[in-house]
Amino acid sequence: MSAGASRPKLAVWKFASCDGCQLTVLNCEDELLELAEEIEVAYFPEATRAVVEGPYDLSLVEGSVTTADDAARIQQVRLSSRRLVTIGACATAGGIQALRNFADVDEFRAAVYARPEYVETLATSTPIAAHVPVDFELRGCPIDRAQLLEVVTAFLQRRRPRITAESVCVECKRRGNVCVTVAHGTPCLGPVTHAGCGALCPSYDRGCYGCFGPADTTNTVSLSGRLTELGMPERDLHRVFRTFNAAAPVFAEESERHSHEGETP
Amino acid sequence: MTHKGAGEGRELTAETLARVEGEGAMRVVVTDGEVSEVQLRIYEPPRFFEAMLRGRGHLEPPDITSRICGICPVAYEMSACRAIEDACGVSIPEDIGLMRRLLYCGEWIESHTLHVYLLHAPDFLGYPGAIEMAVDHRDVVERGLRLKKAGNALMTLVGGRAVHPVNVRVGGFYRLPTRAELRGLRPQLAAALEDALATVAMAAAFDFPDFEQDYEYVSLRSDRDYPIEAGSFVTSSGHEFGVSAFGDWVAEEQVPHSHALHARLRDTPGPYVVGPLARYSLNHDRLPPTAREAAYAAGLGTTCRNPFRSIVVRAVELVVACEEALRIIDGWSDGGAASVSVTPRAGVGHGATEAPRGTLYHRYELAPDGTVLDAQIVPPTSQNQASIESDLRGFVQDRLHLDTEELTRQCEQAIRNYDPCISCATHFLELTVEEG
Repeated sequence: MSAGASRPKLAVWKFASCDGCQLTVLNCEDELLELAEEIEVAYFPEATRAVVEGPYDLSLVEGSVTTADDAARIQQVRLSSRRLVTIGACATAGGIQALRNFADVDEFRAAVYARPEYVETLATSTPIAAHVPVDFELRGCPIDRAQLLEVVTAFLQRRRPRITAESVCVECKRRGNVCVTVAHGTPCLGPVTHAGCGALCPSYDRGCYGCFGPADTTNTVSLSGRLTELGMPERDLHRVFRTFNAAAPVFAEESERHSHEGETP
Repeated sequence: MTHKGAGEGRELTAETLARVEGEGAMRVVVTDGEVSEVQLRIYEPPRFFEAMLRGRGHLEPPDITSRICGICPVAYEMSACRAIEDACGVSIPEDIGLMRRLLYCGEWIESHTLHVYLLHAPDFLGYPGAIEMAVDHRDVVERGLRLKKAGNALMTLVGGRAVHPVNVRVGGFYRLPTRAELRGLRPQLAAALEDALATVAMAAAFDFPDFEQDYEYVSLRSDRDYPIEAGSFVTSSGHEFGVSAFGDWVAEEQVPHSHALHARLRDTPGPYVVGPLARYSLNHDRLPPTAREAAYAAGLGTTCRNPFRSIVVRAVELVVACEEALRIIDGWSDGGAASVSVTPRAGVGHGATEAPRGTLYHRYELAPDGTVLDAQIVPPTSQNQASIESDLRGFVQDRLHLDTEELTRQCEQAIRNYDPCISCATHFLELTVEEG
């Protein structure tokens, strides 16, 4: 590899997450080696021991902030990054671990660990944008590989990524799927969920479960009414908006509208 | 990296051990020329999955727990499904079991290739990472990427996508792929089998330090096949127990320096090991024919007790996964139901499957309406943690004569032998060797 003075520097950072979004970088099997000729992989611990000092032209940030140390670390990451892009639901909305935001974290800690005092954690899981300015947020749990390549390419070419904020319904129509709700009465979050997956679940005869978070314009109240008509109980309405993007405001508010009380003992 | 003084007052620190999945640190203390303390410190922020699962519906654990690990989400989906189905008293038809095995083969191919080529091989060939390695060994890295892509293609067809597949449900699948769709993958998987065989030959030619260990191995074992998606427990000291007895045999304990609970066999004083070495040593008679031939050609016997040779065993398991995937695809016929219905009932269920890194155990307690009352998840790295520490203790002790940089590099390699998935995420391990 030639010395990287003229190539833009890429850094990949990890906060609280499952690794799946940064794995998506390595899942670009056909593009990875070519990409590494265009950009210098300067900081990416999953891929290399070598560390090139910042500042970095593009930082991809995976994961949410759940510890005091990480709240301080993201400030440093921002300072050393010309452009900062969050990748995935954890970095963009707090992730599944943001369920703690609606609960008592001490109870969570005691439920998992016999000696909770050994475990350091904040009471909330928050997205990166709650801490520092973010240049672009890529949605998904996990992100889509083609969208990731588009974002990286766009930043290399100094243009905005061509990523739409329409709903999964639009993608589903474009793909020519039969609507799972209309045809089979299957509950589906497609009408309120951000596009990007290519309407994956309906293509597998499954209703969308909202892993890309809310679309830009949504009517969750109307959707909940339809889901109720399909027989979904209140407690399931509460749960269905409270998964991988639970703390995204639109989903959090809709979840709150429905009672989690049920018939459990 | 610092090197203060020499001899007895030496303090060695390496701040980053890369190419592992998760955030942790290693601390080794040497007193009067003896290794007195070894800690694999796991500081990856905890995400409290077992607490988050309480109060969820019985159909939700596969999707929720897949988010524990982006590298082995299928393992979490499969162990969760089996545990919930066990709690509800549901048996799965044979063809659904085969399709689960096929999906799981895709994950083994993707995950093992990631580790063998991108994380571990650079240690043996002397590079900081695979991208740097590609400058001199482009054909090797391209073969790895091709193999990884085949695994991801299989996961994408059967599961819908490579990370957090959407097609898995309690009771089976949302939609079964057709024989025609599966046949379409055959050429890519046949090529993958050839690449996997080349991987075994490549790994077998690496240099390995002499480091035979007297491990207690634990793995699943089934009546017929190499264990992937099913089986009951066996150990190298001859114990056999069902999945539901896991809690009677294994105790989890918390140590101050780690956010992952340590697991130990209740009747055995030392640590135990799960993963490729354990699976291979307890199931070599279950290897399919091509994999068995490759293993013996690579010089593996009926057991393997040198953790540095785990890369060879992982490569043999790549052959297993490709061979099994082809067998399932060739024998597949359409027409079966995609899933069976699973009616909730009060009870406790257990599920264990072989994640790429070792046995993954789930246990759920359900209310009559299916609400999850309690959840327990024991991942492979938690079970291997004590053994990693034990390996390092012996390894460092015999190599104190090495200079700082070389000792550090070799310790990192010893940790990577286990392909540790530190709460399934990646940042770095920090290795500190203190001498006083």
